[in-house]
Amino acid sequence: MGNTLFDKVWDSHLVRKVNDGPDVIFIDRHLVHEVTSPVAFLGLKNRGISVMFPEKTFAVADHNTPTINQHLPVTNIESANQLDTLERNTNEFGISHWGLGHAKNGVVHVVAPENGVIVPGATVVCGDSHTSTHGAFGAIAFGIGTSEVEMVLASQNIMQAKPKKMRINVNGELSNSVTPKDVALYIISQLSTSGATGYFVEYAGDVFEKMTMEGRMTVCNLSIEMGARGGMIAPDQATFDYVQGKEFAPKGKDWDKAMEYWKTLKTDDDAVFDKELTFSASDIDPMITYGTNPGMGIGLTKDVPNVEDTKEGKETFGKSLEYMDFKEGESMIGKTIDYVFLGSCTNGRIEDFRAFASIIKGKKKADNVTAWLVPGSHIVEAQIKEEGILEILTDAGFELRQPGCSACLAMNDDKIPAGKYSVSTSNRNFEGRQGPGSRTLLASPLVAAAAAVTGKVTDPREI
Amino acid sequence: MAYDKFEILKSSAYPLPIDNVDTDQLIPARFLKATERKGFGDNLFRDWRYNSDGSAKSDFVLNDNKYSGKILVGGKNFGSGSSREHAAWAIYDFGFRCVISSEFADIFKNNCLNIGVLPVQVSDEFAKKIFAAIESDPKAEIEVNLPDQKVIILATGESESFPINGYKKGNMLNGFDDIDYLNNMKEEIKAFAETRLF
Repeated sequence: MGNTLFDKVWDSHLVRKVNDGPDVIFIDRHLVHEVTSPVAFLGLKNRGISVMFPEKTFAVADHNTPTINQHLPVTNIESANQLDTLERNTNEFGISHWGLGHAKNGVVHVVAPENGVIVPGATVVCGDSHTSTHGAFGAIAFGIGTSEVEMVLASQNIMQAKPKKMRINVNGELSNSVTPKDVALYIISQLSTSGATGYFVEYAGDVFEKMTMEGRMTVCNLSIEMGARGGMIAPDQATFDYVQGKEFAPKGKDWDKAMEYWKTLKTDDDAVFDKELTFSASDIDPMITYGTNPGMGIGLTKDVPNVEDTKEGKETFGKSLEYMDFKEGESMIGKTIDYVFLGSCTNGRIEDFRAFASIIKGKKKADNVTAWLVPGSHIVEAQIKEEGILEILTDAGFELRQPGCSACLAMNDDKIPAGKYSVSTSNRNFEGRQGPGSRTLLASPLVAAAAAVTGKVTDPREI
Repeated sequence: MAYDKFEILKSSAYPLPIDNVDTDQLIPARFLKATERKGFGDNLFRDWRYNSDGSAKSDFVLNDNKYSGKILVGGKNFGSGSSREHAAWAIYDFGFRCVISSEFADIFKNNCLNIGVLPVQVSDEFAKKIFAAIESDPKAEIEVNLPDQKVIILATGESESFPINGYKKGNMLNGFDDIDYLNNMKEEIKAFAETRLF
């Protein structure tokens, strides 16, 4: 019996199998940010141990950072303290630090790939659940807790039970205005937020083969939202072209040697998965969520379902609709919205800004909408300017903010007020996720753009 | 950080029969700004527990005096979402040593095990029995027996086994953590690192 892509990468990192316990897995790349690392560094200090491989560790400040006036001191005292703590810890332990104001600063899951930190066949962890993003490169990448951050800092290894394997195939042609975000939201709506708990997912089929690296990152990013530890896509020429020449990618002979290995990274024809699901691309519409978890998504033109037609429990579903102030059977199209958020580790890359610009070009931002357009990095910001997208945004009455996690998680100044509706390209619509009492509708950059110019939930195909 | 040993816990429990309780509810992101592991229990379930003016919501289970104990019983897919260990810290800091659910999100479950909160996974049917027992007597005691890997409703004697691997069970019983284990593997790890291509 052959091996899956996941088996190949996992098994090649196995340092030790613990009897009746987890595997000890070597970690190639450890990404660190300011929120989930301070207690881990404190733990190292208390134990009197150092970071075992500081050169395999990359620290980025993103969750707390403001997205305007980044040249000024951070005004929130606790945020400033957390940012300073990261700087002090990384100095003390000899780790590279891409802090606020650094040319490489931005959302950790955007800047790591664009600087070549992420390569195929690697194991990547970070104290952040959306680390699954990096599965787009054929890496095993997953989020970890702070105790595990300390563990990886101390030993470059993690102790994890090997998950079960699931393959999700999507074949066929995607319809007009259906983006990678819609593919992911569709899959999650079919599986529910716990449908892949205990599994590591491989995405396969021509839909993913045809996707750009940015699109693949969006899909893999959302793997955690169906409960999967991570999701990955076999590396191909698109992957190699993206990685080659990036600062931290292998060079010269090392590149050739790596390429030889990377070309073996695909699931064998006779490999068997614990679970396999297949969807048809033509069944996928532009998506939007109506509830308070990412599994509560529907085709944009469909009505809010009745509880019987969902995977949600009655009490949980009722609580969710009450929070959103939506009713069963209502249409989502035409709902008035207050905020639009373009950005995050899910949709903060250049393609997302191109998509947004394609809809709003020559139109005006709706008066009732506050729009936060937040690039994932300074590199994305520069591309937006170079490609003339900034001009399109400005002409339409939009402003571009500075890189950071922004309104994805209500940890910095960018918070959606209580009771307000936000069409957001981020990853979670949990109660209060974007601010206490905020109401989030997850969607693609195209759907967000259509809402931004009309002030209500609108089908981008109608614009 | 090593933690207290866990062997047998007999306690009443707080019932929270809601599915998909995510870590943003357990502890909202705005309370993740500390640089030390202190005081998170005050903000456990912050927005379900308190109004925006800081007054307690009397209908929320943690504010209901008839409930008490060191066990939290949740609906399925408990702890989904963010990897923030602060969610597990908040649970521990509030005074819980055990969470029972019919399904846990992976990262949350690992985080609990790493800090000494025992995640006990039971069947849907047994979870319903626990909720029913608490409903008929809010002080109903539950025994969580780690050596025997059993959870028992003491009033009725009904019990169910729960899974945990031998390694993690040993850690919980002895108060060890993974770093204690990995520290003894340094030479093996260095040798392995030499073999990596990138």
